[in-house]
Amino acid sequence: MRRRFTVASAMVGAVALMTLAGCTTDPSVTDSSEAPESSEEASVEWFDQALFDKQNAERTVVPEGPDGQPWLQTINAELVDTAQFASTGPKKACFANASISNPWRQTGWITMNQQLKVLQDAGVISEMETRDAQDSDDTQIADIDYFIDEGNCDIFLISPNSTAAMTPAVERACDTGKPVVVFDRGVQTDCPVTFIHPIGGFAWGIDTAEFLIDNLEKGDKVVALRILPGVDVLEQRWAAAEKLFDEAGIEAVDYFTGADPAEIKKIISDELAKGDVKGIWMDAGDGAVAAIEAFEDAGADYPVMTGEDEMSFLRKWKETGLTGLAPVYSNFQWRTPLLAAQKIFAGEQVPVEWVLPQSPITAEEVDQYLALNEGMPDGHYAKFGGEDLPGYPQVWEDRVIP
Amino acid sequence: MTAATELRPSAGQRLAGLARTLISPRGAVFLLLVLLLVAIAVLNPSFAEPSQFIRFIQRVAPVAIVAIGQYFVIVGGEFDLSMGSVVTAQVVIAGNLIGQDESKALPVLALMLGFGAVIGLVNGLIVSFLKVPSFIVTLGMMLALLGAVLYWTGGAATGNPADGFREIGRGGIRGIPVIDILPWSVVILVVVLALAVWFARRPFGRTIIALGDNPTTARFSGTRSWWVKTSTFMISSLSATVAGVLLVGYAGVHPSVGRGYEFTAITAVVLGGVVLGGGRGWVVAAAAGAFALEALFTLLNFAGVPSTYRDAVQGAIIILAVAYSATTFRARRRGRALEAPVVPPPGAPPPAAAPETSPASGAKTDDSPETPATPAPIPSTQRADNETKGGS
Amino acid sequence: MSTATPTARRRRGRLDSSLVVGIALVVVIAIGAVLVATVGRNFFSPGNIRDILTGMSVLGFVAIGQTLVVLCASLDLSVLYVISLSSLIAADLMAGNPANIPLALAASLGVAGLIGLANGLIVTKLKVNGFIATLGTGLIIKGFLDSNYKGTSGDVPMEFRLIGATGLGPVPVSTILMLAVAVLVWLFLSRTRTGHHIYAVGGNEQVARLSGIRTARPVIVAHVLCSMSAALAGLLLASRSGVGNPTFGAQGGYDLLSIAAVVLGGTLLLGGRGSVWGTIGGVAIFAVVDNVMSVMQVNPFLKDVVRGIVIVAAVAVYASRSVERRRPRFDGGGAPPPAPSPATAEPAASAEPASAEGGVR
Repeated sequence: MRRRFTVASAMVGAVALMTLAGCTTDPSVTDSSEAPESSEEASVEWFDQALFDKQNAERTVVPEGPDGQPWLQTINAELVDTAQFASTGPKKACFANASISNPWRQTGWITMNQQLKVLQDAGVISEMETRDAQDSDDTQIADIDYFIDEGNCDIFLISPNSTAAMTPAVERACDTGKPVVVFDRGVQTDCPVTFIHPIGGFAWGIDTAEFLIDNLEKGDKVVALRILPGVDVLEQRWAAAEKLFDEAGIEAVDYFTGADPAEIKKIISDELAKGDVKGIWMDAGDGAVAAIEAFEDAGADYPVMTGEDEMSFLRKWKETGLTGLAPVYSNFQWRTPLLAAQKIFAGEQVPVEWVLPQSPITAEEVDQYLALNEGMPDGHYAKFGGEDLPGYPQVWEDRVIP
Repeated sequence: MTAATELRPSAGQRLAGLARTLISPRGAVFLLLVLLLVAIAVLNPSFAEPSQFIRFIQRVAPVAIVAIGQYFVIVGGEFDLSMGSVVTAQVVIAGNLIGQDESKALPVLALMLGFGAVIGLVNGLIVSFLKVPSFIVTLGMMLALLGAVLYWTGGAATGNPADGFREIGRGGIRGIPVIDILPWSVVILVVVLALAVWFARRPFGRTIIALGDNPTTARFSGTRSWWVKTSTFMISSLSATVAGVLLVGYAGVHPSVGRGYEFTAITAVVLGGVVLGGGRGWVVAAAAGAFALEALFTLLNFAGVPSTYRDAVQGAIIILAVAYSATTFRARRRGRALEAPVVPPPGAPPPAAAPETSPASGAKTDDSPETPATPAPIPSTQRADNETKGGS
Repeated sequence: MSTATPTARRRRGRLDSSLVVGIALVVVIAIGAVLVATVGRNFFSPGNIRDILTGMSVLGFVAIGQTLVVLCASLDLSVLYVISLSSLIAADLMAGNPANIPLALAASLGVAGLIGLANGLIVTKLKVNGFIATLGTGLIIKGFLDSNYKGTSGDVPMEFRLIGATGLGPVPVSTILMLAVAVLVWLFLSRTRTGHHIYAVGGNEQVARLSGIRTARPVIVAHVLCSMSAALAGLLLASRSGVGNPTFGAQGGYDLLSIAAVVLGGTLLLGGRGSVWGTIGGVAIFAVVDNVMSVMQVNPFLKDVVRGIVIVAAVAVYASRSVERRRPRFDGGGAPPPAPSPATAEPAASAEPASAEGGVR
């Protein structure tokens, strides 16, 4: 038994030694020099007053850019020169995707591929090589490193799996001198040429919370259904909403559901058994129908509800006539990275932070969006922005995933 | 052994026997369930109203049915990790193939049952003939099936199936006096449970237990073990199919429906005192395990425990429950002086445990043939061999 | 009781086992190289080799530990959350300061060791099946993580990040470390008494106990070492990404994947037979398959289908080769270590009425 401890401690010691030794080996892979900047991430609170105020203001800004093409519009753009990347001929894009594990990402991925076809026909992009990290930080880091070594890439498109963890890898991509475009979730470095995203989670939280507050009385109960903890774009939605509910005296309880409708239905049923539920807040629309059905099955009045622009929710909303709002996390942003690549290779200016418009679908607009997306599957997103792309509507109706 | 000589135990003795059964490992799950239900009812009296309670049963039905299916696999000495994926696959199949056309409901239902049987058949045959451990076979099946379904649907099903089909999981017989509504789910659960109890008592069901208990003996006694084993996998896949039908009604179509059901089912079965590795367990207790688990979640909800702590409580309960039954088993064994003296844990004194065994097993010999649903016939010796021997 | 397995046959069996894993790996590499060539890439280019080896590192650490536990006929499903927890502890304690690295390493390995100790004690003293015990502790840790961490946390200093980002030629340092740990575990299994006892206990606990082995000890040690090597995986992830993340473990699905890799490496899930090198082979097969699919840009959903089929098919190949070797239950100490014959020699002598523990692992 003593021997056991000897062996164990020897192993630990050896590993520790080797670990330390590892630090002194040649840094053949150069990490960028930036290191201490990211210390603010140690905080665990998602609420950020400055970002809240910024996004709150951006909600009311009229976006600039071509009418009817929200994926090219910008809000408060601060343009950056890209002349150094200007170059002719078709280019190879390398896309490190976080995953296509939810309907929102699948819809966007389909749209992106149709956009790619347009640019390939136009001779802007020769091909796009995609590596899908299947929701794993580690895999995505390896994917980016692979692209750097083997991809022969002219531009990196990155949809990070998580903000902080992907920062070192994105910096390595920047160090190649090739343009880097980041979209959806961000990274903690400003080395990419542009970072494309809709206004953001706080704006979502403000839109939805204000709607519920306007339609409810003080002291009413709202059940907040959240998918999972720890994802910044989702946490910020709740951080904003929670704060506003708090200030308005709305009683809000939140649950993590894993987007599982069975789980959602159980939670709502239990809440209805405890007492009246006047409002439902969701950080993503998956499972909204199950939430509404829980009210039907319990024989309770429909709640005031915010879902998402997912077709299942829009259809159920219309069918039940409840008081609702469909906040939007603009799915059309999946078109923008490739269009940004086109601009960058043309040497046109692009915004450093490309903020896309993000406006909820209101009760007056539901019919319009339902008509536009008739025949689309339930997991489709109304503001997918691909109506002018080839293959519309068949590709989205059949959900052809490359 | 003393009780066995008495032919007619008095009511008091029966009650005492019942009490002993309740604190015995096999009965513990029922005690736990009752405690949880009482706690919920105290926190939220409306839960005890029949109309609310029947809704609770409706909600647990899919999990309980999956647990019943998993029971047969586990008691036969194997695992089925593919159940969650089977549930998801069936939910998506229902959504995509039935669509809004109610006339397709029956043919698609038949297709789903056939598909479920085929999945179980494939699992079972690979386990039996290619000698791949069931853990690996069903893990592979879990990955492959879910991936295939997502590939087929592009990640999201077209939409919910027709309301008529969803009625199975969502609706029920309305206008019943006390309970207001008798959900179809509850009816199906009762039918499935009755079938399972009946099946477990038939020679074939006993053979499953014998096989899980000691494959070599079972083989020597002429069991066609490949068929027995394969049939357990078919039972579990079929039960996952039934659960899928209920869930698509209850919740609707989403690729996350059914996620984690394999672990939930295994947990429920183990809570019900069924021993991983096979050979021991009672199917009703497995179903009760599912109820206990769901009651636990409900209790945590009502108690306002933050949902992030739910997992931690669940984890602790599982360990404690299994540790309780495992250490009690051990204590009993020592009580029967069969085991060489091995360092006993302080928690389980042998004197208290020793008398427990005999009366309960005496009660068993009395009434096991005719009353299937009472807790009494649970063989409370540490193995189920008396039951299996009785069969052959 | 087929106690009388001749040693010669056993040795052949052992050779077969590692040989089959090796052959399977070579076949997978050959097929992979051809497939990669069809899309105009070079499978053996430095970047690609680095991608494969990087893919091996994290899963390798987890699977090495898992091997020990599986050899004892237990399982560890809690590795998932141990990985996440250790990455968070390390990243938080380092807080960007290189001076804190030793402390952070000690703390995360120490906490992981304690978790392993808890697992081992629950399995041996409370007699809870390893599957359930570690499922339970895993859920408890998950509850702790979800309640206390909201997203990524901490800051790993540059010095520690270099481990994850440095390579000697195409070979990442992390892979070298992983292989070094494999060597240590191999030595531990083949040269120490506890190592031999792990095989004995996994082969047949009853027999091992009756032949005088304190059966709890090897199982506890295996669980402690397993959690600690999972912690190493967490540390590597922290090093590669610069932060700790409460979902690192879940992201990779390392619990089931590591068990699959262990079995893919020819280790018996029932315990008692297998080797660390087989496991490394199993991990390599996974890494190559993943790499080839990524280079071919296979639809991510289909990737899972292929993974599932590969797992079952590969294990079926081994199993069919070793059908007759699986049966002897009392062949506990058969595999790599040269010495454990006491376990096989004694059962007949001490044939107590060993109260049938048939199904209990």
